[in-house]
Amino acid sequence: MNERPETGAIDVQVVDPGQPGSGDEAPLEEQVSTLRLVATLAVAGALAGLLIVLFNLHTKPIIDKYKAEQLKLAIYEVLPGVSRYRTLYLVDGGLAVEVPAGAKASDFRQAYVGYDEAGQMKGVAVSRGESGFQDVVQVIFGFEPDSGVLLGMKVLESKETPGLGDKIFKDLAFVDQFFARPQTPLAAIKAGSGKGLPGEIDAITGATISSKVVVSIINNGIAEWLPVLEQGIPEETQ
Amino acid sequence: MRTTTPSEDFIRGIWKENPVLIQMLGLCPALAVTNTVKNALAMSAATFFVLCCSSMLISSVKRFIPKEVRISSYILVIATFVTLADMILQAYAPVQHKELGAFIALIVVNCMILGRQEAFSSRNTVYRSLLDAVGTGIGFTIALIMMGGFREILGIGTFFDIPLFGPDFEPWVVMVLPAGGFLTLGFIILAMGVYEERKKLREAV
Repeated sequence: MNERPETGAIDVQVVDPGQPGSGDEAPLEEQVSTLRLVATLAVAGALAGLLIVLFNLHTKPIIDKYKAEQLKLAIYEVLPGVSRYRTLYLVDGGLAVEVPAGAKASDFRQAYVGYDEAGQMKGVAVSRGESGFQDVVQVIFGFEPDSGVLLGMKVLESKETPGLGDKIFKDLAFVDQFFARPQTPLAAIKAGSGKGLPGEIDAITGATISSKVVVSIINNGIAEWLPVLEQGIPEETQ
Repeated sequence: MRTTTPSEDFIRGIWKENPVLIQMLGLCPALAVTNTVKNALAMSAATFFVLCCSSMLISSVKRFIPKEVRISSYILVIATFVTLADMILQAYAPVQHKELGAFIALIVVNCMILGRQEAFSSRNTVYRSLLDAVGTGIGFTIALIMMGGFREILGIGTFFDIPLFGPDFEPWVVMVLPAGGFLTLGFIILAMGVYEERKKLREAV
């Protein structure tokens, strides 16, 4: 067994005869000026930067469009029965229709208020991230601010263990529980040990931590947003 | 100086000096993102792109790069192409990009790519460097797809998302976890070792 890597090593030497710096073809043996070294790297760096900027100009709009579409789809998914929604921003502890002049919209936390066909408010969707088993789990969920009933949940980002933790979005039996209008605050319990209380969520066997993170995100998220929403949602200006 | 023919440059990386299975280079992506064939393919394609572009560019500008700053220049070239590959994947294959996550950016430090620049492109013509890069890229792809196929079939029970077994199949979850990567790589290298050993014995007789 020891012979095989050896032959490999010999092959490499045969194929690549010159050692770094000692090759016959190495063009410059004389002293190279410092200026030349700096200039080489500067030119290379400038060209690299130019190339990246050009590509970024082209791909950025496509990437942003895709992200916006994904978010839109997610909002409609976690607010069932909603026909349109509007985006509100958390500015100085209250909700605002627009961000202060000169500020970037993406710097503010956002809440999405959904309305049905009749213009009746159906619920609010917010996203939130907390540390899961591997990395931050980002979840968007919709709820009714008045009753505290959860309307839906979708995992936006997760690096949870494939085959175990990723069941928080792949296991439909688990996901469907969040669409069955449970009363918040939720409680993650061992599957089958439920007492029929409202807000019980059967955790996934083998993915208890990931299941609990989803429940915790929703509970903390609602606790955080309810006081803000109770201050009132700004009227629509049309 | 030149001891190889163009066809040897091309063939070499595919099997005899396969970057992953023989030279043991680029193991980080080979272990990390080969839990499905699709991911393996996306990673191979991105690496292939970076390897070919870098080899071509570096072999064509090698005369202008003083040897004192050659490694920094190579890294700069590789990093630029990785950034481009990252942007292209994110724009046109967002699902795969999300699956591969940080490992796209980590192609920069794939020693296989830097190794080819230092060992080959920096002292050979553009044509030969491209042959070498394509060969090495194909070798890398073969290794990753072998691993991805093995792990996806056993770990999920599908191949390229096509279910292979009935609903009674219980997936070997360990195969899609990191441990499965090491196991798979180990078994593939073992199989290759046994094969080579047998071949040698046959030739000796």
